[in-house]
Amino acid sequence: MEMFEEFPALGRRPLSEFKQTIDEAFKGFSRAYGEALENFFDPLLKFLVWFEKLLIATPWPIILIIVGGLAWLGSRSVKITVGSVLAFIAIGYLGMWEDTMATLAIISVATLLCIVLGIPIGIFMSRSDRAQAIITPVLDVMQTIPSFVYLIPVVMLLGIGKVPGLLAVCIYAIPPIVRLTNLGIRLVDKDILEAADAFGASPKQKMLGVQIPLALPNIFAGINQTIMMALSMVVIASMIGVKGLGVPVLRAISNQYLALGLMNGLAIVALAIIFDRVSQTYGKRLQAYRKGHGND
Amino acid sequence: MTDAKVQIKNLYKIFGKNPQKVLPLVKNGMSKPDLLDQHGHVLGIENVSLDIPEKQIQVVMGLSGSGKSTLIRHINRLIEPTDGEILIDGENVLKMDEKQLRQVRRTKTAMVFQKFGLLPHRRVHENVAYGLSIQGVDDAKARERANYWIERVGLSGYEEHYPGQLSGGMQQRVGLARALATDPEILLMDEAFSALDPLIRFDMQSILLQLQDELNKTIIFITHDLDEALRLGDNIAILRDGAMIQQGDAQQIVMQPADDYIADFTKDINRAKVIELRALARPVESFAGPTLDGETVLEDALKPLAQAPDQTIGVTKRDGSLGGVVSLTEAIEALHG
Repeated sequence: MEMFEEFPALGRRPLSEFKQTIDEAFKGFSRAYGEALENFFDPLLKFLVWFEKLLIATPWPIILIIVGGLAWLGSRSVKITVGSVLAFIAIGYLGMWEDTMATLAIISVATLLCIVLGIPIGIFMSRSDRAQAIITPVLDVMQTIPSFVYLIPVVMLLGIGKVPGLLAVCIYAIPPIVRLTNLGIRLVDKDILEAADAFGASPKQKMLGVQIPLALPNIFAGINQTIMMALSMVVIASMIGVKGLGVPVLRAISNQYLALGLMNGLAIVALAIIFDRVSQTYGKRLQAYRKGHGND
Repeated sequence: MTDAKVQIKNLYKIFGKNPQKVLPLVKNGMSKPDLLDQHGHVLGIENVSLDIPEKQIQVVMGLSGSGKSTLIRHINRLIEPTDGEILIDGENVLKMDEKQLRQVRRTKTAMVFQKFGLLPHRRVHENVAYGLSIQGVDDAKARERANYWIERVGLSGYEEHYPGQLSGGMQQRVGLARALATDPEILLMDEAFSALDPLIRFDMQSILLQLQDELNKTIIFITHDLDEALRLGDNIAILRDGAMIQQGDAQQIVMQPADDYIADFTKDINRAKVIELRALARPVESFAGPTLDGETVLEDALKPLAQAPDQTIGVTKRDGSLGGVVSLTEAIEALHG
């Protein structure tokens, strides 16, 4: 009966050898390719640095005007526009302007990257059940694996800095846009697709003229989720050297500065709410045609 | 008879995992329920052959599940058949590659759907121009053609609306205009008016008949409604459980139903408004009394019949020659079936 009391685990020696082998292999890989990878990501880093500097160097009234303008263009709602501008004024008044600009920069670039990569992946997934079966579990892992776990290899490969932070944010934030693009395209009414077929639409004409436009509300929900998840990664990203609102939060945790933590945390919340409301109302306006006033 | 525009030859469609394997069984006469029970395959179309004449309205009628919507989707190959041939202008649609097939769908056929199938994110004029934009017709020209057809179906003023803002009847006018805008030779109409309420449906039928007088398209019209079939159809084919059980014009269907199933169908129709004198005409050598056109329905013929000497009247064919005679008694008997 003794064998049931303790799990027949791999012995300590072979286990540590097993782990060492993996570690050594990855170290070898990162020694061999780390620099090449860094060079590969260099344009991204340059863009990110340039964008961050641009945001910080731009006089604050101009940023306020841009924020208000974008909020208005997106939502066409006075309430949301005024709210966004007021939130930015409060952030600036409480001394968090620069950190907020840095956070805005990385969030914007991360979201852009997620959209550029995520929508094509989502489209690809929607066109093949096989692709869907393979990609879905990968997305599940990306969303559920604790961020610290993939921070390790990212840092080993690329060191500490903006690019690894950006990658960490993207790994966590890209799944919703991929999923919702796929879902949105798959949910397009079969009758409408049949009509497109009957009129001789090519696969490309169907995708661009029917499937993507009709999936747009879902794709937008995906973009919205991606932004939210990117924002929630700000603090973790700051652990590996991303500047922004996460840095003071981290400092507040280690020094028990309640007010500092709260203020910066609330600034992240404010950004999240602004992004969310603007992108959601924009998504809703995209499907204004759904609101008919004839009989349905 | 004019030449067949569309020919369907020995068409079979079996739904299931391995249709080719069970095809021989069906060809040897296995019934639909047996096929489902023993092999888990559904028999959609069973050995249907149909010659559809040019420039006429061919109605395909049957109850739901009879395979009529499946049948019409074979003509532009939205559904691949299990076996058989489909010829449009003598060309086998089933042998075409994707490009040729798209060309046929773009230029030769157009389809109107029961559920309209309009693009909800495009305005009415964009929907009507959809087929043209697929063909790559330039925008200005497409817009002009779209506006013409929007006007023809009576939707002027609604060009900038979205389909969701229109009633069902109006949406189907958009569907009809979209189909006509590409100037197809063949119009496929899948229960096009079935989702509409009776008055609107009657309106739409009238619009279709009016347009047809002038356009002379080859129209294949699917319906489950006998009144609609009799009103629209130059020829009517009746399907049951995927098999063709009768084809002929309205007179033949009503006067000589092939079996009880069809007789049951025709029981409730208003025979006085459907049966025409030509269906009753009894050939004679010559006749001296008053005559009526062969396509007069009984409702209009009864009074002249009653007033005619001997209560008998001559029936003329389209070319004006004598087709036979009909007596009042015969007309009344025909009314009672």
